[in-house]
Amino acid sequence: MSASAVSCHAAARPSVDALGTAYRTIAVVGPPNSGKTTLFNRLTRLRQKVGNFPGVTVEHHTGYVRDAQGQEIALIDLPGVYSLSPKSEDEKVAVDVLTGQMPGTPRPDAIILVLNSTNLHSHLVLAARVIALGTPTLVLLNMADELHKQGGHVDVLPLARQLGTPVALVSATTGEGLVAVQNFLNSAVARPEPLELPVVGSTRGYREWAVRVGENAKYRRPATPVWTERLDSVFLHHVWGPVIFALVVVGIFQMIFAVGQAPSNAIQRFLDIIGGRVGTYLPQGVVSSLIINGVLKGVGSVLVFLPQILLLFLVIGILEDSGYLSRAAVIADRTMSRVGLNGKSFIPLLSAYACAVPAIMATRTIESKRDRIATILIAPFMTCSARLPVYTMVIAAFLPNRPLLGPFLGTRAAAMLGLYVLGFLMAVLTARVLKSTILKSKDAPFILEMPPYRWPTISGLGLRLVDRGKAFVYRAGTVIMLVTLMLWAATNFPLHHGQPPEVQNSVVAKLGHTIEPVIRPLGFDWKIGVGLVTSIAAREVIIATLGTLHGLDPESQATDLQAALRHELTPAAAVALLVFFAFAMQCMSTIAVVRRETNGWQWPALQFGYMTVVAYIAAFAAYNIAGRFVR
Amino acid sequence: MIFNFIFGRHKKEHRQADALADLRVGESAIVSALVLSPPVAEHLMNLGIVPGLKVTVARSGPGGGPRVYRVEGTEIAMRRDVSRHIHVELLGAPAFGD
Repeated sequence: MSASAVSCHAAARPSVDALGTAYRTIAVVGPPNSGKTTLFNRLTRLRQKVGNFPGVTVEHHTGYVRDAQGQEIALIDLPGVYSLSPKSEDEKVAVDVLTGQMPGTPRPDAIILVLNSTNLHSHLVLAARVIALGTPTLVLLNMADELHKQGGHVDVLPLARQLGTPVALVSATTGEGLVAVQNFLNSAVARPEPLELPVVGSTRGYREWAVRVGENAKYRRPATPVWTERLDSVFLHHVWGPVIFALVVVGIFQMIFAVGQAPSNAIQRFLDIIGGRVGTYLPQGVVSSLIINGVLKGVGSVLVFLPQILLLFLVIGILEDSGYLSRAAVIADRTMSRVGLNGKSFIPLLSAYACAVPAIMATRTIESKRDRIATILIAPFMTCSARLPVYTMVIAAFLPNRPLLGPFLGTRAAAMLGLYVLGFLMAVLTARVLKSTILKSKDAPFILEMPPYRWPTISGLGLRLVDRGKAFVYRAGTVIMLVTLMLWAATNFPLHHGQPPEVQNSVVAKLGHTIEPVIRPLGFDWKIGVGLVTSIAAREVIIATLGTLHGLDPESQATDLQAALRHELTPAAAVALLVFFAFAMQCMSTIAVVRRETNGWQWPALQFGYMTVVAYIAAFAAYNIAGRFVR
Repeated sequence: MIFNFIFGRHKKEHRQADALADLRVGESAIVSALVLSPPVAEHLMNLGIVPGLKVTVARSGPGGGPRVYRVEGTEIAMRRDVSRHIHVELLGAPAFGD
């Protein structure tokens, strides 16, 4: 960018006038692993919201801070970028926002640039590009605590002089030096006047400039943290690495099921108590039925998963923030490359065991578009937590629990494990097929920065959980509530002499009987058919549906529903039902998120069609094969 | 895979150290050129694999997976399919940096 262009941009920016008007919008920019998010969280705490820029899938947070006059300032947390060449979607978003070309987002009045002081040369390259924009900029050299502990050094003043911007050495983790941010918010800073910027074009030129600037600021790089070396020699060890990796993955599941069960049960009990109260206060009738059977039951059947989902996000958050997830990707890369994907797909696929929705959003880190779509397409085969209640209910109804491998593995746990393996195998098979046909591409290069190991911060993890928890509860309160209300209406109409009809005469039964011929070959009757239709909204809805259809009280014990299931399904049909749920894409939220992430309907349509066909064929096969062995 | 994993690779390789992939763990060399598609090369350079800088093989991953390289304090994992296209010179001092 030429000097005249810089001053032209600066002149067009009205916010810094002679009176020193405070900033309204500030963009927070920084490379990945610079501690940008930690800093953003520290500055804004809970005063932030998640949003999407129009037309792109990149999610961003906006947070609010106040200056000394109490004026509110919006901080936009941009995606982590290494450069401003608009190649990846993340970088394009950053450039568009910084240059004021993002619709609906004003051009930021100022920029807070977060760099990692332990990796200054590399990160100054980004600084050169940001400063060239001509927007007032505060440069924060983050992780000062690590820099000093590892014997590093940098002089802030010569750096500020060379960059022509205020520079502060800070630590987002300890809060050290953050007063500089408050000073920056309170006083309008002029546009940067760097002594010298690198010649545009060659990255090497930028890097040489960065080294020169660093030398003038007496920059001394810190030693590699001893603990990172030690931990890597274990976590990336030829033998221990994979062993620990396997233990971590198994440990995650163990923890989620073991620890998550108690709070789940507590939520269930709490909802039952509310249901009971409502039942005693409200007169028997349409309204109380609507509240108990419609609202509480439907939403409640989803809310009970909240603890498990939060636990999974907590564990993944700890692994990610500590730096282990990057190592896990290295370990997984070899296996993933066998099915044509690379190690970066591992993280989204692991998250898909909690829920495909965040998993599909996590595929954004995969640069290769084809690999990303392949990962999105196979993610819903991973056994998500919504399948869990369906599996639990059916298995408990049909399989007596006997020890299989001594006290370690019972028959029920083994059946559950088998279903997990089944989903995983289908995902691998599908990936293979996709990568050798429609999504064929050269192996995407696996290039991943290995950040030093760090302690995850409580506030960082907490904010992430609040974020995810809100999104999940919102889903339960909207999509799933709507479906259960519709189902409730369909079972309670048409009215017969002012009374709800017998289930056999309701709208829902007509629907069920219409689709019955299609699902007969799988051993399902019309009630299961209705369950299959309503569970397109979300898998777990089938339980609430069957509960309603069997005319059960909301307070009924699960055993009653199990007895009803045994009456309705042959053991072979139960196997077919499990297999169907392992493969089918019964989830509106996933369909919606795939549409958003792939910018169109063709991929979600293909995915839904493919998964339904696979589920149908597999369930048909399972019904016929199982029919020969069990009766 | 399991065989390789347990027994390691016993392929005899002639040493021709002009690619990063040919260096042994612990060895260092100066990057001379990145013979890769522009987006991949650009990404590597943003991470610090810049011609003129010294790169060290920090460690090898399990089972012949990606290796970890260190350049000026940044650690970067990459597979052989990338590192064999990064040309290096074994001798000499870095052109700049440290």
